[in-house]
Parts: sequence; structure tokens; C-alpha cells
Amino acid sequence: MNADIIIHVESLTKKFGDFVAVDNISFDVRKGEIFGFLGANGAGKTTAIRMLSGLLQPSGGKASVMGYDVYTQSEKIKAGIGYMSQRFSLYDDLTVIENMKFYGGIYGLSKNDLNHKIQEVIGILKIDEFKNQLVKSLPLGWKQKLAFSISILHNPALVFLDEPTGGVDPVTRREFWELIMNSAHQGTTIFVTTHYMDEAEYCNTVSIMVDGRIDAMNTPQELKKQFNSQDIHSIFVNLARQSTRKEFE
Amino acid sequence: MATISIQCQHIKKSYTLKKNKIIALDDINLEVYKSEIFGLIGPDGAGKTSLIRILASLILPDSGSAKVEECDVIHDFEKLRTKIGYMPGRFSLYQDLTVQENLEFFASVFNTTVQDNYHLINDIYKQIEVFKFRTAGALSGGMKQKLALCCALIHSPSILFLDEPTTGVDAVSRIEFWEMLTELKRKGMTIFVSTPYMDEASLCDRIALMQSGKILSVSSPSQVKQQYSGTLWSLQSIHMYHLMQALKKWSRVDSAFSFGESIHVGISEQNISEIEIKNYLLQNGISEINIQRIEPTVEDCFMQLMDKN
Repeated sequence: MNADIIIHVESLTKKFGDFVAVDNISFDVRKGEIFGFLGANGAGKTTAIRMLSGLLQPSGGKASVMGYDVYTQSEKIKAGIGYMSQRFSLYDDLTVIENMKFYGGIYGLSKNDLNHKIQEVIGILKIDEFKNQLVKSLPLGWKQKLAFSISILHNPALVFLDEPTGGVDPVTRREFWELIMNSAHQGTTIFVTTHYMDEAEYCNTVSIMVDGRIDAMNTPQELKKQFNSQDIHSIFVNLARQSTRKEFE
Repeated sequence: MATISIQCQHIKKSYTLKKNKIIALDDINLEVYKSEIFGLIGPDGAGKTSLIRILASLILPDSGSAKVEECDVIHDFEKLRTKIGYMPGRFSLYQDLTVQENLEFFASVFNTTVQDNYHLINDIYKQIEVFKFRTAGALSGGMKQKLALCCALIHSPSILFLDEPTTGVDAVSRIEFWEMLTELKRKGMTIFVSTPYMDEASLCDRIALMQSGKILSVSSPSQVKQQYSGTLWSLQSIHMYHLMQALKKWSRVDSAFSFGESIHVGISEQNISEIEIKNYLLQNGISEINIQRIEPTVEDCFMQLMDKN
């Protein structure tokens, strides 16, 4: 396999009974890129992410993540990736520092590495004055930036971000993306979902899922040329409107 | 002069969290007219939910007063509750009742029947009617949202409070939801809706921009844009990172924010020219740029107001 490819997906499929949630998708994610994974609610994004993060066995097809097979090496995938969900994933009644120590412990960081990391995160996020405050007293934007920093505390080669900026104010949303871009610049691969179509423009590659399939995938510039469109928003809306998928839950 | 549906004066609300006082609402004043769509726009933590709950008589303000449909939110709360429809951010449905049972339940609580007010929900309900024997817990997010809207409408309220109905909803469902609101407004409904999505502002008649418990501005979406001070420019280059760095260190630039594939640059000087900007960038090694002066979006205005406050 090409050493520059960190996620390789070939004809990946997931069925729940008769329902095909993910329908024969294929794509590659290159190391260090920001890969935007778009789709309407119910298009199959979450199912695909769960397979790629080792949480769900596929029904068919192939996928390898960081060189590990999703069928047989899911534990290695889970230990190696970073993950941050839209639902805030920190412990509200622990302080900023305690949360970092807790997750650092889970990831098995040495005491030295962890202390070094904590100082680094405090410096980058400029949260020295909040470090001993309970996380629940922080504004949402701070929490999300902290949750992101913690999701990459163990220097994973790949991090999954599931709607990380929902509800965040416009300035903090941009600061959040600066964090993402800096960490991509340092070599971390970012796999991100979002409902903000302007954020799709910050991705190196954008894919759009419709009814379990990937109906469009390219750089934002090429997608706009291909669909003869001004912006990703209108491409997304046009594709999502072609959905024939009805209720399934 | 338009008739007033909501009047809110000097509303304050704070919460105490482990000895820390958190100010949720800091002196809120506003008026909402009948049959308008009024948007409360701001990020999480701005105070939107607290304000809606006070107006729906679910929590009490620390001080200040408010009237909704001529009912005082503190003293006339029983009467007020018959006049309002309320759709909370988290789903309010009974998960183990069917679609039809939920609707009948909400109608009976208000001493009415589904038949009496069916005309109000007809357009929305027919989209979920095929699932009427399914439990609400087994519906997808979009369908739950439609059912919750039907349940909030079934007693024929004069005003509808919607707390972030489109949060976490994809772009297509958001468009459909706003089409439903526009249709309700056409039937005369007053709609008070909160959202963190700045792009939904243009669908409202008037908007209040809210941040950290304060209202930054109340006006129509086009007036908000007129209030933007200075000039706004959209810039593109193949080297976006260097462009951003160069802009941020220029003293004449007030703000530089990424907006998808371009950078929006705010400059307070009214008479700065395209040439001057290009020359500055050229001196900083950035030659090939695309530049044009643009009208601000509501998001640009919001960020400028955030900065001023």
C-alpha cells in the first residue's frame, strides 16, 4: 500500500437487515490532509465513521486505517486514533488540568510526556488562568478547543472530528479551525464532519454522501468546477435533494 | 405602528454554580411585533434559552418585566400558557407514545381536539402521517422535529417559541424547516425563534444578535448590514496562509477572518482603495490576489459587534 495513504476504503458496505446504510463506498485519505466528510442527516456518515474507528464491523468490502485492518485489528485502530464528538466529551466536574491528566493516563502517556503536553496545550490555548477551573464553568468554545487538544494529546496520526463546531460563536469557530489547520500542518490527518458549508472550503478534499453512497469527492475548487457552482453549499443542497432514502430508524 | 406581541424590559437572570455567579441575561430589552418572524441569533451560552424560558413562563427572571400577548410572564402565567406554543431545544415528545397519540395528548392537555385545529398543522402533519402508528422514539431527527412542531401548534397559539429548532440539522432539512415557518407566518402566526446559524438571519423579519447575556443589536437583517462600520473586502490568493499573516500584521486592518475560500478584511477607513491594499500585499511578497469590496454578511456584523462589546 502507498505509504502516503492513511485510510484506504474499498467497496465498504454496511447493512442493517435489508437496509443498506453504507453502500459500496471507496476512497483514500492522504496523510496530513483535512478530509471533509459531508452528508445529510441519515446519509450514512456516522455508520461509516464507526466502521473506520473500529467500533462497528462492516458487512462487506475492505478498509484499512493507519495500516490496520478494520475487521481484524480494530483494537489497534481504537488505540491509535484521536476522536472528538460534537457532544462534549470532557468531564464537567473535573478541572481543565484533571481532564488532561485523566485522558493522558488512559492514552498511557508517561508522566514526563504528560506534563510537557499539559504545558504545551495551556500555552497554545492561552488558558493558564482557567487551568484549575471546573470544565463546566468554561464557555462552550473553550471546551471545544480543549476537547480537540485532548483528542490529540497522544499525538495520533489521525483524528476523527464529528461536528466539532456546532453552536460555537463565529470567532471561536475560526480559532478552532486554526487549531485544526496547525495540527494538519504538523502532519496529523483530520477527518471531519460539519454542517457549516463554509468550513468545507478549508478541507483539502471534500466528500458528499447521499443515501449511503459517496456522490461527489474532490478538492473544493474542483468540485465547484465540476458542478459549475459558486459554493459547496449549493452543491450539497442539490445532491442531498436527490436522496430517495425514506425513514429507516 | 405594528401591534406588539412581546415586550421585554430590563430582564436580568443569573445562575450560581459552585459559588460562581454566571450572568445569563444582562438587562434585556426588546419588542416583538405580531405576525413577524423574530430571530434570536447567537452562539451557545449567549442566553437564548434562558430568555425563551422566561418568556414562556417556565423560569422567573431575577428582575425586570415582560409581557407576551398582553399577559405578564410572572402574574398571568396561566393565561399566557394557553396563548403560546413552545418547542424546546431538546425534544419534548413522549418517546413511547405513537405519533398520533402524542398529538392527541397535547391537544387534550389544552382542552381541544386535533380535528378543531387540524388546518394549522395540515401541511406539516401530512409529511409524517404515514408514521402515525409509530412511536415517537423510533422517528428520525427530522421527523421528530416536524411532530414536535405539530404538537406545539395544536392548541392554536398566537405565538410560537422555537428554541434552536435547526441545531444539528443538515442544510436541506434546515431549508425545509424555514419554509414551514414562512408558511405559518403567512397564516398570521408570530414566531420567536433562536438559532446559532448566522445564515438563517436573512429569513427573519427582524433579528436580535446576542452574545454573553447581552443583546448587541435589534433590527432587520438589512439594517444590521447597513450598521457595519468601515469597508469590507473579500480577498483570495493561492497562498491563503501567507495572505492571512500579512493582513493580520497590517495596522490599517481592523479584522481579518476566514470565510470559506476567501478572507474578509475589515478596514475602518472609508476611502482606502483597492490599489493601496494590493500595494501593501505586494510589498509583503503576495502578488496574485483576487480582491473585491463586498457587502457584509450578518456573520461579519456579528463579529464586529462582538469585538466592540
